[in-house]
Amino acid sequence: MVRGAARTVFQNIAHWVTVIVFTVLLAFPFYWMLIATFKQSSDLYNITANPFIFNAKPTLENLHLLIYETRFLRWVANTTLVGILVVGITLLLALPAAYALARLTGRWGQRLGIGIFLTYLVPPTLLFIPLSRVVALLGLQDTIWSVVLVYPTFTVPFSIWLLMGFFKSIPKELEDAAMVDGLSRFEAFYKLVIPISLSGILTVVIFTFTLVTQEFVYALTFISPESNQMLGVGVPTFLIRGDVYFWGSLMAACLIASVPIGLLYNTFLDRFIAGFTVGAVK
Amino acid sequence: MAVVETRSLTKVFKEGELGAVNDVNLVTREGEFLVFLGPSGSGKTTLLRMIAGLETPTSGEIRIGGQVVTHMTPRERRIAMVFQSYALYPHLSVYKNIAFPLKAQKVPKEKHREKVEWAAGLLGITRLLERKPRELSGGERQRVALARAIVREPSVFLLDEPLSNLDAKLRASAREELEEFHHRIGTTTIYVPQDQVEAMAMGDRVMVLHQGTVRQLGSPTEVYDKPADTFVATFLGSPPMNLLDTEDLIVGVRPEHIAPIELSPNAAVRFHARLQNIEYLGAEWILYLKVDGGQFNGKDLISRLPSAASYRMGEAYDFGVQERDLRYFDKQTEKRTEPRVVAWQ
Amino acid sequence: MSTSAPPSQSPKPRKVGYFSTPAGRARRLGVAMFAPAILYIVALIGVPFVMAFLYAFGDVRVGSVGYHFVGLENYRHILQSPTFRKALANSFIFTITSQVLVIVGSTILSLVLEKSFRGRSFIRFLVLLPWVAPISLGAIGWKWILDSLYSVINWVLVFVLHLYKPYAAPMWLGEPTLAMASVIVVHTWRLLPFSTVILLAGITAIPKDIPEAAAVDGAGFWRTLFQIRIPMMLPIVNVAVLFGIIFTFTDMTVVYILTAGGPFDSTQVLPSLAFFTGILGGDLAAGAAISLFLVPLLVLVAWGMLRMAHRAEVV
Repeated sequence: MVRGAARTVFQNIAHWVTVIVFTVLLAFPFYWMLIATFKQSSDLYNITANPFIFNAKPTLENLHLLIYETRFLRWVANTTLVGILVVGITLLLALPAAYALARLTGRWGQRLGIGIFLTYLVPPTLLFIPLSRVVALLGLQDTIWSVVLVYPTFTVPFSIWLLMGFFKSIPKELEDAAMVDGLSRFEAFYKLVIPISLSGILTVVIFTFTLVTQEFVYALTFISPESNQMLGVGVPTFLIRGDVYFWGSLMAACLIASVPIGLLYNTFLDRFIAGFTVGAVK
Repeated sequence: MAVVETRSLTKVFKEGELGAVNDVNLVTREGEFLVFLGPSGSGKTTLLRMIAGLETPTSGEIRIGGQVVTHMTPRERRIAMVFQSYALYPHLSVYKNIAFPLKAQKVPKEKHREKVEWAAGLLGITRLLERKPRELSGGERQRVALARAIVREPSVFLLDEPLSNLDAKLRASAREELEEFHHRIGTTTIYVPQDQVEAMAMGDRVMVLHQGTVRQLGSPTEVYDKPADTFVATFLGSPPMNLLDTEDLIVGVRPEHIAPIELSPNAAVRFHARLQNIEYLGAEWILYLKVDGGQFNGKDLISRLPSAASYRMGEAYDFGVQERDLRYFDKQTEKRTEPRVVAWQ
Repeated sequence: MSTSAPPSQSPKPRKVGYFSTPAGRARRLGVAMFAPAILYIVALIGVPFVMAFLYAFGDVRVGSVGYHFVGLENYRHILQSPTFRKALANSFIFTITSQVLVIVGSTILSLVLEKSFRGRSFIRFLVLLPWVAPISLGAIGWKWILDSLYSVINWVLVFVLHLYKPYAAPMWLGEPTLAMASVIVVHTWRLLPFSTVILLAGITAIPKDIPEAAAVDGAGFWRTLFQIRIPMMLPIVNVAVLFGIIFTFTDMTVVYILTAGGPFDSTQVLPSLAFFTGILGGDLAAGAAISLFLVPLLVLVAWGMLRMAHRAEVV
């Protein structure tokens, strides 16, 4: 396009106004969390005080309460541990399955691939009732192992679908050449295909991890004790004592949990989109 | 129908570096089929896009039909363009594709049908009007792209390698159709060809570009027989012209003018050369020679002969070149100079 | 390689073992690599899925031992409950309203974010936050924003715009209609980034020369936008919409955190009602029956996605 003439001043202003309006609407609650985290209780629980500024000096009180007087750090640890375990299980299940679907099962491969994707559409809010029984029967009720067992149900189908797309974009000739050179197909898989797909695998890892941190329903259903709880459930549930909400600490917890995940996601977003469109094309 | 003019047109993409297009002056003739020819990176596509209004010139002027259009949007220039990929709107039917420019120019709806059918009829695609682009073959899509271009009756046609996406067999017949189309319509056309063959076959005039500057503008005969400099000389013609360094000039000889001495008895220059390699192409032979002895000892030459069955590899033969087939270039400027007496050994 | 003679060329091919030819060995490997995932999915998705049906038509309670088939008894029960009918209606109202808002919003936002500009990366980070943050935490943030006493919105309404007296400002989560609106707002807020990202991918997939051809054809900015670019984005908009519908329709977290279904069950949706009834209330059968109402919509969405998978690509 002829840039000189086309982009008028008016269009520029309209562009910026739109960007700012949307950004404010979307990011405002996080600004809110930021401010509330450092506000003194007297400032926070004052109806007349201007909420946008610090009317009393900023304080670290809320953070202190959060870290030392609640199980917050424990929840972070739990969630991280579960995340790592679930990522491991997911990769273990999804990598070979995706490869098999992409390469080996031919005609059936397509149908199975779609079938796998469809299972992703079965929501936790449908399965959680029967699964609560299953978890109880297995004796995993109230432990983190209940969610370690169940979380792959939503990470595995999507990961298979994503990885299938990545694998399909690797030319078959690469493995054929390796097999001519003497490798077995399985060796070709883990010595050749996996290293090449590292970027795709990384995308799946990040995405799986963020899915784990965001989960709510299963953790709420299967785990009751405070010390075994996940981040997403612990914060809203246990930072409320009776009818009293510890808003300062609540906001601090939300902020601490959201921002790192946000940064992680943002960094890998482009890769993720590439994977998504590659997978979608198939 | 209009004349396209550029004056000192320049486009620099990165400051401090050589521009993609440098100081190009051009005046087309009414109704001609002008070809922009050059290696990749020569600026021909950038030049075309500036004329279309899709790139802003860094400096210089563009006029269409006498009107200065340098900073006008494409829409205001009354030109039509056919892209290499055809750029058909995939969600619209062929009819709607062709009608789109009419819609955009606010032509009254009643007129649409007659114009679309006229354009479609010209290109023989009337029966395809209700189809979608993805249902068409490459050749059919190309015709739809042309119909969409012609329906507005533009003053200038711009075509960017429109035949590249067709397979070889189709290309030749499509080329013929395009030429015929141009004869019928007579609109001034600027064309970026896929290769030299297209350029020479289709162009009324050829503009040879190299690194953004015009090396020569002339008819196909002129650029081939009277190349303006060594670049044009070696760019046109396959295999390229042979260049020989003498004391004060560079002398050029085309492969087809190096004949066996028996056929060229009063040759101005003679070579005694050994045959290094030979290729049989059916209609002709390509000989790769190395001069054996004399002023140009060791020099590699390429010759084209209609028949060479008796030639043996490794053997030496005598060749000659007629005076009228020699081209002379100045050693410093590499530009063509008048024939001079050259000290041959 | 084996040196024995290959099987003879008989007119009718004999059925050689499916897994014993080289191709067969490859098949065996394929099945082996595929099996763990399939087994897991069948065991933890397939079986519970079937169980959900069994529960819905049975009489299971937490702690009960046997199982009796009771047919449509559970359904007769819940269909009579006004809470259930409200939840069913709400599920649709919330989903459709928020999706419409999301489509419009994300189309605008994606078009605006398409061209590179200074600070775009940072803006993108900010814009992504609602989707990326854990659902429950984003919802809690909104709960504070919409709090009956300390809501920042109310502060602005009371002390800046002077539209209400203190303590008389709207109870965003306390009045049925306002509460419903609040839930819709939070869902929209959460889904906008997700949808925008998908649409951005769709926009960048449009080949560069098509808008150029439109420009040469004489189309201005708005015409190119509405008649060329947006129609070409439609397939990807479909994908975003289908996903968005699933995420909203099957979500219980937003309602659970913001309103716990209240006030007076006016913001219940099917999943949250299933949770309260089945897990907190112990009535697994009723809970399962309620959650099964999600299935028809999911089937419809699945059908929609399969249809799109068959369509040709946009080029």
